[in-house]
Amino acid sequence: METTDSGASATQEAPRFSRRLQQWLPKLVLSPTLLITLVFVYGFILWTSYLSFTKSRGYPVHELVGFLQYARVWAQPRWSVAIHNLAIFGVLYVAICLFLGLLLAILLDQRIRQEGTLRAIFLYPMALSFIVTGTAWKWMLNPGLGIEKLVREWGWTGFKFDWIVNEDMAIYTVVIAAVWQASGFVMAMFLAGLRGIDQDIIKAASIDGATLPRIYWRIIIPQLRPVFLSSVVILAHLAIKSYDLVVALTGGGPGYATDLPSLFMYAHTFTRNQLGMGAASAVMMLLTVAAIMVPYLYSEVRHARAGGH
Amino acid sequence: MRAKVLAVWAAGCLGAGSAMAAEQVVEVVHWWTSGGEAAALNVLKQDMQKRGYGWKDSPVAGGGGDQARTVLRARVAAGNPPEAMQMLGYIITDYAEEGLLGDLTPVAVKEGWALVVPAPLQKFDQYKGHWVAAPVNIHRTNWIWANKKIFDQLKIAPPKTFDELLAAADKIKKAGYIPLAHGGQPWQDATIFDSAVMSAGGPEFYRKALIELDPNALGSKTMEKAFEQMQKLHGLLDPNYPNRDWNLATAMVINGKAGMQIMGDWAKGEFLKAGKKPGVDFLCFQYPGTEGTFSFNSDAFAMFKVAKSQEAGQLALASAIMDKGFQEQFNLVKGSIPARMDVSDAKFDACGKKSMADLRIALKNNAMVGSFAHGHAVPESLKGAMIDVVTNFFNKGGSPAEATKQLVAAVQNAK
Repeated sequence: METTDSGASATQEAPRFSRRLQQWLPKLVLSPTLLITLVFVYGFILWTSYLSFTKSRGYPVHELVGFLQYARVWAQPRWSVAIHNLAIFGVLYVAICLFLGLLLAILLDQRIRQEGTLRAIFLYPMALSFIVTGTAWKWMLNPGLGIEKLVREWGWTGFKFDWIVNEDMAIYTVVIAAVWQASGFVMAMFLAGLRGIDQDIIKAASIDGATLPRIYWRIIIPQLRPVFLSSVVILAHLAIKSYDLVVALTGGGPGYATDLPSLFMYAHTFTRNQLGMGAASAVMMLLTVAAIMVPYLYSEVRHARAGGH
Repeated sequence: MRAKVLAVWAAGCLGAGSAMAAEQVVEVVHWWTSGGEAAALNVLKQDMQKRGYGWKDSPVAGGGGDQARTVLRARVAAGNPPEAMQMLGYIITDYAEEGLLGDLTPVAVKEGWALVVPAPLQKFDQYKGHWVAAPVNIHRTNWIWANKKIFDQLKIAPPKTFDELLAAADKIKKAGYIPLAHGGQPWQDATIFDSAVMSAGGPEFYRKALIELDPNALGSKTMEKAFEQMQKLHGLLDPNYPNRDWNLATAMVINGKAGMQIMGDWAKGEFLKAGKKPGVDFLCFQYPGTEGTFSFNSDAFAMFKVAKSQEAGQLALASAIMDKGFQEQFNLVKGSIPARMDVSDAKFDACGKKSMADLRIALKNNAMVGSFAHGHAVPESLKGAMIDVVTNFFNKGGSPAEATKQLVAAVQNAK
């Protein structure tokens, strides 16, 4: 700690400068990302919303027509099917993934042998692209090639598993393929969360005489709230984003039975020269997601700030 | 001696120099990526090189061209269109309406295209009197392709009426084969719809309903009959048809698992690639009730508006496409027929010859119409909405009357 007389003013300025730099550096480094996000995400959300109020067909046309495009989208029977499918698919996908992920994580957490190997095996499906998942499951679920044929050859000749070619059941095959892909990832997140829980509380609870299931239900799972939040956010956005999985698995299903809003939007914007309708459907997708996610995020953040940890 | 060497060397330099200066590159975007198609396109490339132009190949894989069109859309929006792009039907009209296509009229007039290209094609390859695209081929969609061995074994003749078709299918089913091979994709369902409407009402009804979109025709009992035909055809399929690719369905007929496929004549290309011969291994005949009519779709290369310096290359490409030799060579491979009517049919097989003869008959009787399923009847926006109704009815079932009402509503909503 030398303080030289000659450099007195210099050393006084240096800390101030480096302090300023320390204050500003994080903001500086983040600002390109912030700018890009502002422009390319929020800016373009506004642009799409604007387009949804115009008469655009193949290319943008700056002629406002109010809610005409929205009315036209709702007048399509295909849109009702798509929304209906999204509700079924979204709810089942998130719920089953959370349940399976949590179950697998709890089982893996029991200090078993080869935990690392098992964890890797469960996590591998996430590394596949949706197209690969969709194509592989398309072959497996095809009645003439896959599971139905296999089980029949094993002897159960009356076995039927033709969901994928059935108008009403095809959407559930999409759920199967999507859950297979994502549950490993949810499992990994829950495992990390479980590992971060303080063991003293558990020891105290078991001394008090609580059984293991009760410990899990009452103590551990409530402490995993942040993990639930992250998982739901990620799964919900994967569900809305599902385009390539459906295209590879069913191509939109027998007819348009497995249509989703993302397929509807893509078809109308890029193939059918109905830019206005595509933009309207995209805005409605966004509003649906926002209507679910914003209250959830708000309640979680408020909970964390008020009580939480 | 030295002077001679110098002279030759100088001439060589000049020659090379001028060749390099004139080596303009024409960029062509297309989706003909399969072996035979790419080889046929190579003929065009060599012709262009003989004319002194380079060829920049920009293939975008994807049979129907959806991916290629998405790429094109992005490029056009960015102000960087290619010199030429493979397009069909109303897509050419859509792009011409936006003012994005160039003018081929100089070379068209010089080579007399208007005299040899059928008038229904000219409707799409021209816009407001100017030529904007050079057609490569003419495909026909109202074909049925049948396995000859099955037909001979069961002593079935190519059916002339729809009831005969159902009877033949019944025999095939009883013998343990699949009567109709089909791939359950919307455009394939629509291809059958083409033939069903033509069979139910004839070319005049087809024109009124699917091209002029007259609500009375669209909502008529004749349209219900077309939907009824679709319904009956659905009963002839095997249970694994959803989302099957068209060439896998053709393979079912080639391998003798299925008796028939209703598909355009690009299916013939599959048969030829598998080494099958028309009249020997497979039969080609019209969908019952559509004899003498011709529902066509035609691939054409549309030329975009580009800088003046690149226009010469486009005109050369257009001229090369319309060259009789190229038209013959390409269409022999592709399974279609030339877009020029003055190409001899000597080298084409029996099905090709029939197609070329039927083209003349259909033109004379005003029975040549653009295929609805392939974008030659209505623009994309309407076509998509109408195909939704067709594919939903075909897969889900329901009443033909209800489907007809939905069709009228879909057209109203999409206009």
